Amino acid sequence: MSNIVTFAIISIIKSAAVVFVLLTAVAYSVWLERKVSARIQNRWGPTKVGPFGLLQPLADGVKFIFKEDLTQPYVYKTLYIASPIIAVVFAISAISVIPFGGEISLGPLGKTYLQITDLNIGLLVVLGITSMGVYGIALAGWSSNSKYSLLGGLRASAQMISYEVSLGLSLIPVMILAGSLSLRHIVEAQAHKHWNFFFFPLGTIAFFVYLISAYAETNRTPFDLPEAESELVAGYHTEYSAMKFAMFFMAEYSNMVTVACLSTLLFFGGWNGPVFSDNAIIVAIMPVMWFCLKVFFFMFLYVWVRWTLPRFRYDQLMAFGWKFLLPVAIANLIATALVVALYPNVFSVATK
Amino acid sequence: MVHLILFLFFGGICVAGAVNLLMQRHPINSALSLVVVMASLAGEYLLLGAEFVAAIQVIVYAGAIMVLFIFTIMLLNAGEEERTGKSRVAMMLGIPGVAIGGVLVAWVLLRHSSTSDVSMFALPGVPHDIAQLLFHDFLLPFEVTSVLVLIAIMGAVVLASKPESIAPTHAEPAQKKEEVLELVGAGKERR
Repeated sequence: MSNIVTFAIISIIKSAAVVFVLLTAVAYSVWLERKVSARIQNRWGPTKVGPFGLLQPLADGVKFIFKEDLTQPYVYKTLYIASPIIAVVFAISAISVIPFGGEISLGPLGKTYLQITDLNIGLLVVLGITSMGVYGIALAGWSSNSKYSLLGGLRASAQMISYEVSLGLSLIPVMILAGSLSLRHIVEAQAHKHWNFFFFPLGTIAFFVYLISAYAETNRTPFDLPEAESELVAGYHTEYSAMKFAMFFMAEYSNMVTVACLSTLLFFGGWNGPVFSDNAIIVAIMPVMWFCLKVFFFMFLYVWVRWTLPRFRYDQLMAFGWKFLLPVAIANLIATALVVALYPNVFSVATK
Repeated sequence: MVHLILFLFFGGICVAGAVNLLMQRHPINSALSLVVVMASLAGEYLLLGAEFVAAIQVIVYAGAIMVLFIFTIMLLNAGEEERTGKSRVAMMLGIPGVAIGGVLVAWVLLRHSSTSDVSMFALPGVPHDIAQLLFHDFLLPFEVTSVLVLIAIMGAVVLASKPESIAPTHAEPAQKKEEVLELVGAGKERR
């Protein structure tokens, strides 16, 4: 078999597997959210469909497919149909550069990385793809031609533009510490030293700035003003029903998974963790388990925060983003750059 | 071969987007065509091996600047533009102008058609090379450019601020946008 065929086969298998896992994870994060929120409010949550309500996501999927798909006569049709597609496509394709394990051997097919593709600008690709995701939400709000949707879309795009600045600035310290933009290199750099989160206080501050801005980017509580039920009905997806609505839902949860993956990779050492055995299979699987465990923790944190904190007021949101988060991110960036420049041998900045 | 196909593919999308930008009558459709142009340009940069530039092109132009464009169009609720009758001056100057421009470009391209191919990664494209160029070889021009951008930002703040409160000391680009955004939110609280 020629090289290119092998490459194509491995890539297709990896992509299919990763997308399948991602979509399953998305479906089950909805289940997790309902279950955890129920426990927080002293209820049971879904229990009827399957054991512990575990088949609820499947039932929901079937329900979404068979529901009536309403298209209001007053919408701008092309963009109305395109925007959920834009949202979900960009949300899912961000997973393509996320590594989830080290190098594994496939016997006669050679070795491969546990990642769809390893780019040396991986982090920038994720940022670029997620920044394109704003269009889905903004256009949904506009093309619905309804005031609730428009206000929701405006709020969402304003919020995402504002917090994207802090988000980007909180990632630069990580790039400086690793001396690379490749997600794989960033994780490997942490394996040799310590996880960026424990690089106190600079890495810790960067992590919290990142986490807060990422919550705002994904429109989750306490930053869920674009879909504030009490004032905007459902915000930008008010006019959407059936599978089109489900696409926005999938986009939101895939973005959450991406954020959880990035938090794990950039600040918590990715797939690094103790491996308790010499067995080849366990050595191959254990890192992936660590990665999934950390990602699960961040997904749980998302739910935990949502059902614990109240929603911001709009002026509070903007003041917090521009007057507190942004200066902190800039100060942290300058401090990190200074420390790395003053002690180059401690941080051994990569030359290439 | 694949390279050529991809080049023609992205180039075709780019030109189609640019033509569509001019043909569309609704500003939001034109803005979206511009996003397509920016994104396909990023594809062309990738083909040259300039992956960092491609990523920045998507993040800054397609992701940030065009979102602001669309945000403004949404906020002002700009409607479809009206087609005025055909201007005779525009026809008389425009068509020969386009013809002359096209001929000039074609002439320059044909005259330099003997230039050899540039192989991928022959030019600086990885982040390290770009950093070396920006912060070492061309440090002074880079800094001068950033001062220029700062002046533009300060100008925008001065133009946007109300006459009685000119020149706030904590001038930031954020300031102007924030005021707009607070207007969006404030309208709802006052209800």
